[in-house]
Amino acid sequence: MGLRSFFDRIEPNFTKGGKFEKLFPVYEMVESFLYTPKAVTSVAPHARSYVDMKRIMTYVVIATIPSILWGMINTGFQANSALAMMGDAIGTGAATGWRIAILDLFGISLDPASYFGNFAHGFLYFLPIYLTTLVVGGIWEVIFATVRGHEVNEGFLVTSMLYTLILPASAPLWQVALGISFGVVIGKEVFGGTGKNFLNPALVGRAFLYFAYPASMSGDAVWTPVDGFSGATALGVSAAEGVQALAGRGITWMDAFLGTIQGSFGETSTLAIALGLVFLLVTKIANWRLIVGCMAGMMAFSGLLNLIGSDTNPMFAMPWYWHLVLGGYAFGLVFMVTEPVSASHTNTGRYIYGALIGVMVVLIRVVNPAFPEGMMLAILFGNVFAPLIDHFVVQANIKRRARRHV
Amino acid sequence: MEALISLAVKAVFVENLALSFFLGMCTFIAVSKKISTALGLGISVMVVQAITVPTNNLLLSYLLKPGALAWAGFPDVDLTFLGLISYIGVIAAMVQILEMILDKYFPPLYNALGIFLPLITVNCAILGGSLFMVERDYNFAEATTYGLSSGFGWALAITAMAGVREKLKYSDVPAGLQGLGITFITAGLMALAFMSFSGVKL
Repeated sequence: MGLRSFFDRIEPNFTKGGKFEKLFPVYEMVESFLYTPKAVTSVAPHARSYVDMKRIMTYVVIATIPSILWGMINTGFQANSALAMMGDAIGTGAATGWRIAILDLFGISLDPASYFGNFAHGFLYFLPIYLTTLVVGGIWEVIFATVRGHEVNEGFLVTSMLYTLILPASAPLWQVALGISFGVVIGKEVFGGTGKNFLNPALVGRAFLYFAYPASMSGDAVWTPVDGFSGATALGVSAAEGVQALAGRGITWMDAFLGTIQGSFGETSTLAIALGLVFLLVTKIANWRLIVGCMAGMMAFSGLLNLIGSDTNPMFAMPWYWHLVLGGYAFGLVFMVTEPVSASHTNTGRYIYGALIGVMVVLIRVVNPAFPEGMMLAILFGNVFAPLIDHFVVQANIKRRARRHV
Repeated sequence: MEALISLAVKAVFVENLALSFFLGMCTFIAVSKKISTALGLGISVMVVQAITVPTNNLLLSYLLKPGALAWAGFPDVDLTFLGLISYIGVIAAMVQILEMILDKYFPPLYNALGIFLPLITVNCAILGGSLFMVERDYNFAEATTYGLSSGFGWALAITAMAGVREKLKYSDVPAGLQGLGITFITAGLMALAFMSFSGVKL
């Protein structure tokens, strides 16, 4: 208990009247990160539960682990395959830069068949982006917490992880920093911090980058972080040529499900995301009604569009099981639709909110040629209408009960 | 018919008057504190818009356009320079009528809207709707559809805004941003979400 007694010893410095009174949020952050906070609610109402904010947020981070690991492997796999295809050995042509130098130093091969080589290469792409996100976003969190006197809480761990996972591997670090600054400050902190925002901060940051720097956030060249190599995402291909064209590129449904396709870090593997979903559902962090609503909305609307059909737009014919595995749908469904703060809070509202997002994502993917990737925008759209849905659900309930007791 | 449907969808989502043209901002921000009031104002704007745009369209095609007065025996007269003042006149008259109707039949809504009801007269979304109609050369059917659906889009936006602002009552906004400041930021973030439709060709 050396560390515990160290904390107990320095705590008076940070509490009211202490030397570093202003830095209390920093102290509190480190302490509650390492130990379970012992503070309990002092006034009524009391609810006993084993779930506190720290546990919820930690569970979400745990649920993203399969996606993170697979994201690294796939990024490395795509990079290594691209290098192999371009016929470069280590040290020549496109295969240069500090990542290659490090891999070379440890004697790790750039062979796309080696899982460890892929993992190491992808890790070197993931790490700088994640560290930038953590440091820049963390600085904003601490500034706001110190000035405004609230606590830095674990919500930021989730935001930073989700934000990193929806970025393309080649994102320039200054843009990463700018995006997370916008997401944390404008998306969350100006409203008072975790739980008080109305949009998902990670998505706000991502959408900001998407509209501010479309060249490095979308298109064909950004998904594989190798200079001069361009590979469209599977969703981009289907938007341009129809879902049948994927077979011509050697992409089967199984590939898209397992995740050996182009895309952002965490989005590619539906299987890894499904593992996260199971964890979230078992621990009851994610509300199943949101998932059901969103799946139903997506399936119904894509089914309707399949029936209508179109001669000019190949996306009309895309069946629901392709919508499920391509692009950010699965990732958004599991980790962002279920975010409790920005979703609807009533049970009926959750079905409606989910269905709204499901319909919107298909609609944006199909009718908007500018943005084949619609999940992010559909969720933001849903966030905007979530409070309104709640309002009408509550009003309907009030009316129903008023009728019962005339 | 298909063309009208896509015009309607476009007016509601793609070219939302409030969130992509930022028209009618003064009322959008001032009357979006409560969902019920915002809904009432939204419906009023929708009604006014649905009446004034087609009326102004008739006015334009039978009185103002070059050659519009041919039925009266003046084929060479061009009265388009009277456009702005005529549209405003029509809008003012319609709002006055609407105000009297609300006062008589929906007094709670009339009281809740207060000063903002006469202000619909100078709401730029309303005049903007009529001017878009002129600029895009809509015929009568298109003008009716556009008026109704652009008004609906504005109503949708202000109701969603009110929903978000009711939720934001529980948030902890820094002192300097409380009130108008956070409302502007909120409107901006909502516009970001509505960006999902930009570029849609219907």
